[in-house]
Amino acid sequence: MSDAVIAARWQFAFTIMFHYLFPVLTMGLGVLIAVMKTIELRTGERAYGAAARFWARIFAITFATGVVTGIPMEFQFGTNWARFSHYAGPVVGQTLFMEGVFAFFAESSFLGVFLFGEQRVRPMLHWLSSVMVAAGAVLSGFFIVATNAWMQHPVGYEIVNGRAELTSLWALVSNPYARWQYPHVIMGSLITASMVIAGIGAFYLLARRHEESGRIFLRVGVVSGAICSVLAMFPTGAFHGENITRFQPAKMAAMEGLFKTQEGAPLAIIGMPDREKQDLMDPIVVPGLLSYLAYGNFHARVTGLSDIPPDEQPPIEIVYYAYHIMVGLGTIFIAVLAISAFLLWRGTLFDTRGMLWILMLAMPFPYIANHAGWVVAEVGRQPWVVYGLQRTMHADSTNVTPAMTYFTLFGFMGLYLLVGLLYLLLFLRIVAAGPGGARDEAPLGTIGSGAAVAGGRS
Amino acid sequence: MINSIWFVVLALMLAGYAVLDGFDLGIGALHLLLGRDGKERAQLIDTIGPVWNGNEVWLLAAGGSMVVAFPSLYAASFSGFYLALMLVLWLLLLRGLGIEFRHQIHHPMWEHAWDVAFSVSSLLLALLFGVAVGNVLRGVPFDANGQFQGSFTVLLNPFSIVGGVLGVTTLALHGACWAALKTDGDLQRRARRFAGGLWFASVAALALMVAASFVVSPNFTDNFTRYPFLLAIPAIVAAASVVNRRAIAAGADRSAFLASATMVAGILASVAAGLYPMLLPPLAGSPYPGLDIYNAASPPGSLRTALMIYLFGITLVSIYLVNIYRIWRGKTRTYSV
Repeated sequence: MSDAVIAARWQFAFTIMFHYLFPVLTMGLGVLIAVMKTIELRTGERAYGAAARFWARIFAITFATGVVTGIPMEFQFGTNWARFSHYAGPVVGQTLFMEGVFAFFAESSFLGVFLFGEQRVRPMLHWLSSVMVAAGAVLSGFFIVATNAWMQHPVGYEIVNGRAELTSLWALVSNPYARWQYPHVIMGSLITASMVIAGIGAFYLLARRHEESGRIFLRVGVVSGAICSVLAMFPTGAFHGENITRFQPAKMAAMEGLFKTQEGAPLAIIGMPDREKQDLMDPIVVPGLLSYLAYGNFHARVTGLSDIPPDEQPPIEIVYYAYHIMVGLGTIFIAVLAISAFLLWRGTLFDTRGMLWILMLAMPFPYIANHAGWVVAEVGRQPWVVYGLQRTMHADSTNVTPAMTYFTLFGFMGLYLLVGLLYLLLFLRIVAAGPGGARDEAPLGTIGSGAAVAGGRS
Repeated sequence: MINSIWFVVLALMLAGYAVLDGFDLGIGALHLLLGRDGKERAQLIDTIGPVWNGNEVWLLAAGGSMVVAFPSLYAASFSGFYLALMLVLWLLLLRGLGIEFRHQIHHPMWEHAWDVAFSVSSLLLALLFGVAVGNVLRGVPFDANGQFQGSFTVLLNPFSIVGGVLGVTTLALHGACWAALKTDGDLQRRARRFAGGLWFASVAALALMVAASFVVSPNFTDNFTRYPFLLAIPAIVAAASVVNRRAIAAGADRSAFLASATMVAGILASVAAGLYPMLLPPLAGSPYPGLDIYNAASPPGSLRTALMIYLFGITLVSIYLVNIYRIWRGKTRTYSV
């Protein structure tokens, strides 16, 4: 693989992973804010309105950071992956274009109303704008996953004159690969938002500040988190796994560290894949379980890496560990959130300080699990950029040199470091200020809110 | 036929971007001069606060339509203009943060830092977009494989710099008209005065650009001589600039803004009319005939499908657009005490 491809891969990996830190929160958070607005509208409980306004502040800075780090993503297909764009543009362009005209426009138009218009429009319209912002974010996720699913499992195309031509838009948007990948991604996002909401709620109770809001945050976060963490494993995760076995056996073998094709294949809980010895080091396995998960039969035959040509194998170690980190964390989330939900039902969660500490400290982990999942998806697809059709080493821009890419990669690193620090600073300030107070009387966004707060203080 | 329709669609999306994001870029370019203190600058940002993000989506949608309709143009131009495009991305990032982060902390130092970031990045973006238009008109140095490396020494030539100046002055004029429309008092008076001055700069840059085009891009007039009705487009630009001048003088802010919007759209439409059917012409002496709406296009099936998506999508977008600007009509309310 040429230096130029390696540089371009580093740049894409860095910029997409940094970018996804933000939409992974906003997709789920948008939905949960709409839920809180709905509860407020139906029950008239003002505390839920205050909670929605507080999270809308977090949403605003997260969304803004997601937008500014997202714009480079769409353009990088052209700057660094020109041969991919040329080859696959007629197909993946459709979903990227649809994201623009269907999702982004709705999202951005209603976001203005949602953030600035609470005192300007009727309550129903404000509620509708919160729903539309959530719908736009979740729809935007769909088009991205549909694009990615085509790169994982190309459908609805034919190759004409050495490039892909779309034959069926319906096949593209109903790709069987996306059918479980998409709900799985959305569950990941909802878990992230739920655990962040619950974590901040736990912090408020532990710090004995804003306790009324803290209890609401915990209630919303724990209930939604418990449901979504189970749904992430079954059915979405389990059936997506079956799809990977069917469509991308090499990825499945790397995920599970399965070197030899066998019947009754075992599931490795832990173990270190050793590529030289073609075996797992110090494994703990459950016999037959991998066959069952992949085919619903404990004796089914599962393809191992030894039956896959070396030039079609993904980097095993990265895929194996990323997958195990994702599944391991997912299992822990189910346990933590189920126990929390049980305590909530018993009415003792708010006084169980040990559990509150766990919920607070758990906040970073859903981000890690989501990112690990995408590493499995993307690194597991290697050496292909479009599975079975175009290799990554044939996808870059031939007129961009490695030096140009490293130059911009370092530029992105510096800029994103600054962006990340500023985001954290603002996040912590919003949490420190807490829900309610003078800020809640001002609109949520730019319009004079600074001046209004200053007025409230002086 | 379908290729020509897509040429029009792409031109429409880019013109939509230039008109809509144009006024908030213009506000940014003038920000430090037009707003005399923190309060006025907050007021200026408030005028674009709820709409700038939606305006910027036009750029993404234009990029999306380029990927789907003309993937070879997207691939060759974005990788060819690599460093310039990355600079654009970084500036867009700083600018977006300037607008969204500025009001998060009420402290003069914080606000001033973001004011400068917002203003400088907006100014440079307006300049770079103008430079880009200049280079598209002039052509790029393709190699035999239809690729090029647009280093800054190639991109920054006298002609494209005139384009950059035209970009800055026209968008600043457009922004000043928007500011006059959305504010009142001292700020409005100052915005009108700025617009009056910028009008001369913009018209002068436009005249220079047109004159230089005859020299740099002689083929540019072919379409206009073959289809004389196309001359209506530059005529509309000229008429709009007269209307703009008079409306500014009369304090008719709405007409002035609509006229500056027509100028921005008309300038881009004239460029498109002159280029057709080329998308990215070759610089004189290049061993490649350039990218046009045929050799850069997706296969017809992809074009047809995407056109259906577009027609449906743009209908929705128009509904949002009308309603959103209706909700935010009138003077921007500020909550200062």
